[in-house]
Amino acid sequence: MSDITRLSAADLASSLASGELTSLEVTQAHLDRTEAVDGAVHAYLHVAGESALSAAREIDGRRAKGESLHRLAGVPIAVKDVMTTTGMPTTCGSKMLQGWVPPYDATVVSRLKAAGLPILGKTNMDEFAMGSSTEHSAYGNTANPWDLDRIPGGSGGGSSAVVASFQAPLATGTDTGGSIRQPAAVTGSVGVKPTYGGVSRYGLVALASSLDQAGPCARTVMDTALLHEVMAGHDPMDSTSIDAPVPDVVAAAERADVAGMRIGVVRELTGEGFQPGVQTRFDEAVQHLVDAGAEVVEVSCPSFEYALAAYYLILPSEASSNLARFDAMRYGLRVGPDGVAAPSAEQVMAASRDAGFGDEVKRRIILGTYALSSGYYDAYYGSAQKVRRLIADDFAAAFGQADVLVSPTAPTTAFRFGEKTDDPMAMYRGDIATIPANLAGIPGMSLPSGLADEDGLPAGFQILAPAMADDRLYTVGAALEQRLLEKWGGPLLDRAPDLTTARQTEGA
Amino acid sequence: MTTTRDDAVLGYDEALAQFDPVMGLEVHVELGTATKMFCGCATTFGAEPNTQVCPVCLGLPGALPVVNAKGVESAIRIGLALNCQIADWCRFARKNYFYPDMPKNFQTSQYDEPIAFDGYLDVEIPAESGEGTETYRVEIERAHMEEDTGKSLHVGGSTGRIQGAEFSLVDYNRAGIPLIEIVTKPLVGAGHRAPEVAKAYVSALRDLLRALDVSDVKMEQGSMRCDVNLSLRPKAGEDPTSDAQLAVPMGTRTETKNVNSLRSVEGAVRFEVCRHAAVLTSGGSILQETRHWHEDTGITTSGREKSDAEDYRYFPEPDLVPVAPDAAWVEELRATLPEPPAQRRKRLQGEWGYSDLEMRDVLNAGAVELIEETVAAGATPQAARKWWLGEPARRANTQATDLVTYADQVGLTPSQVAELESMVVAGRLNDKMARQVLEGVLDGEGGPTQVADARGLELVQDDSALEGAVEKVIADNPDIAEKIRGGKVQAAGALIGQVMKEMKGQADAGKAREMILAKLGAA
Ligand SMILES: [Zn+2]
Repeated sequence: MSDITRLSAADLASSLASGELTSLEVTQAHLDRTEAVDGAVHAYLHVAGESALSAAREIDGRRAKGESLHRLAGVPIAVKDVMTTTGMPTTCGSKMLQGWVPPYDATVVSRLKAAGLPILGKTNMDEFAMGSSTEHSAYGNTANPWDLDRIPGGSGGGSSAVVASFQAPLATGTDTGGSIRQPAAVTGSVGVKPTYGGVSRYGLVALASSLDQAGPCARTVMDTALLHEVMAGHDPMDSTSIDAPVPDVVAAAERADVAGMRIGVVRELTGEGFQPGVQTRFDEAVQHLVDAGAEVVEVSCPSFEYALAAYYLILPSEASSNLARFDAMRYGLRVGPDGVAAPSAEQVMAASRDAGFGDEVKRRIILGTYALSSGYYDAYYGSAQKVRRLIADDFAAAFGQADVLVSPTAPTTAFRFGEKTDDPMAMYRGDIATIPANLAGIPGMSLPSGLADEDGLPAGFQILAPAMADDRLYTVGAALEQRLLEKWGGPLLDRAPDLTTARQTEGA
Repeated sequence: MTTTRDDAVLGYDEALAQFDPVMGLEVHVELGTATKMFCGCATTFGAEPNTQVCPVCLGLPGALPVVNAKGVESAIRIGLALNCQIADWCRFARKNYFYPDMPKNFQTSQYDEPIAFDGYLDVEIPAESGEGTETYRVEIERAHMEEDTGKSLHVGGSTGRIQGAEFSLVDYNRAGIPLIEIVTKPLVGAGHRAPEVAKAYVSALRDLLRALDVSDVKMEQGSMRCDVNLSLRPKAGEDPTSDAQLAVPMGTRTETKNVNSLRSVEGAVRFEVCRHAAVLTSGGSILQETRHWHEDTGITTSGREKSDAEDYRYFPEPDLVPVAPDAAWVEELRATLPEPPAQRRKRLQGEWGYSDLEMRDVLNAGAVELIEETVAAGATPQAARKWWLGEPARRANTQATDLVTYADQVGLTPSQVAELESMVVAGRLNDKMARQVLEGVLDGEGGPTQVADARGLELVQDDSALEGAVEKVIADNPDIAEKIRGGKVQAAGALIGQVMKEMKGQADAGKAREMILAKLGAA
């Protein structure tokens, strides 16, 4: 049965539809895989075996009765722990929310349930999605299935690791500055950040409201498209949700034809600062697209130079306000200050926030509080908003010359645990290629371009498209994937280590 | 309450001899929308604590706000009625500060982009000459939309405030109820009439909001709340509107919160004038601070110090899209505005045939709407005025409240007053009995008919009883009867009194008079 977990979501869906497999078998197979490997990977914070199996049984029952079901009905999925789920804890990787079971489902979760996808559990993440390595989770690191001593990316390292280690064919993620795309890149999986407003944010515990966007994680471009279709669409509960039809991403992935398309290589996101092996795989991927009939142009986005600085003002500013609600008054961790017999509400708030938040969260709250302070607002938050407009202008000009833009997703392959924890700036610089898309609200995809020669670890290829043109990501991504699979002679993840023999456990 | 009067005050006239007051008024109005500003929860007043809540208004992780279109509509109508410009594009902003009754620890409000700005409201105060009224123009700086906070109940401790309380309970039913904050520009030039102007403004604003039907504007329930800013500056002559006076820089201001009745608005301004003056004349300086008004003692006490360091870290609310009312919609809403209050008062005075003095009394009592509704319910304007400005106004005054609030508290409605008057017109009650019935209604004994029935108050309609009494009184007083027979009709008064006594007051004096004169052949 172990080969069930190697199947793509699309193949699982066909087997379920034809009756070759039941959802119960598929779900159980993935739970067994988790049992076998997650001691080493630690991708899950919570495994919801019983409720997943009961959802699977229900779908099998409905299918047996001949009900017409969603294409993905019965295909199990893992959910990032930043999305609220009834009946399961939602902790956001923070001690602050340890054991908190939300009274409502995020819109994305409701859509998954309505489509009949059994939810396997909640995946690990950097605390409140702040980080690029999942080392900032209060519940321990998640390991990269390619090398258990390395990071799986972040903040959605749990979701990337869960699909890359075959514990789930699909997972949800959220991407504020690259938290879907960078983990996909370093684990050899596929991830998409849709257009801002394409997927409802209702029930996503907010990091930075104007940047956050939920999206799909999977192992193939088509699976990502299938999940994208389930997650996306207008939600009246989210004012920033786009009230327009979702681009037909599944059809776009099926098309997989780039003949005549103009591919723009972003000058500022290649070359210096990028690991040679990452750059080589990127250049080859571009050549594959040319071979497939695309035209390559070089574009320049000069304002990207300021993107990182702007991002690290806007994100902490919004986060400092979004995270103010964690005050121990209504939910979450509550501790009293040491040695105070009858503490005031303010003392309890302060003590609880001190105990509940980790260092990276505190760092960003302090940064944001400072950036929004009167007297500094114009210089910091105000200037950052101006940069944001300049970046949007750069993108607009670039998309005048090219249908999609491409770059390596991250400058390097997965680094080792602890390598950058003492140097936040080095960690932040890793987001250089992914951040501009969040600042401009445009969609982006990362898919594997191969293994870097120097370390044998996956490198990511990023595709960016104009807002609302998410379908272009899938057309280009699917075309590239086809050629790479031919070249590799099978999925890249087939070359990842067999984790069932891994002895390492989390924290060891 | 253990508030102590530890602040020195100067006499009002003495204070005004040396200083010119400058006021600023901030009024918060809870809108009467069926649902909250950013979620679908009900807004019913007085519901069980924490029963009108949801993930959004409890600020649960992941919940997002959605703007209540009705709230925006009300805000625009209020802005238009206050002669404001309406923004063609504006945003909400987050006002960040920590407080247990604020679920998100930020209030969704508006900052530098209010929905309405630059308006005015003309208010009338009695002319100093004693005849007619004077108009004072209150300039409106802005009216903006925001959400209310929850309500804390501090249990234990002596003050009811958070300091010293044993524990606090929080009710989030109020959290997220739409509020409009209306902020005036600094009100200058009112001179010694500043307290009256402040009261007249809040009263006029309340009338306007009621006419707009956007809020129930009940100050005692907190659906309309007023903060009073006040500062003094040296006086530069007798004319508070002179250029010389207006050129004098403004002094340090205090903000008095919790001013929740018309009388208190006047009282708080007056008290702060006297307190500031005492501080300034003794060589001290005013501390910029928040002060609390105590309705019971009529004084303010120091609250938290409001330093410039207080920083709300405003920034545009990223969870909401900008509000961009299109011009056609704004014009549609303009067409729904009620008649401007000043124009309306003039019209009503003409329709009701009131003298300037009568109208002034009605305005001072805040009885315009009550009389209008009473007339609509069938009473004559004179009767409506007489009943409202009588016992109800007197009792409101003794209870240090205003007539509308008082009537609301005791449940006296315009239709009941009209009913009372109709009983007089129909001859069921005489004037004296009607007064007793009204007192019964005010004492909570029920509606007029109910009170009259319960108290057995009814003019005797059966003429035989009256006739018997008249005959008895004539027989008892032969000499007076003789005088009347001789044409001295004024003497009938003495007999009427006795007849009424016989009838225990339950007779129509007019009818008794007619009967006496008829029997004595003098009719
Ligand atoms: Zn609510």
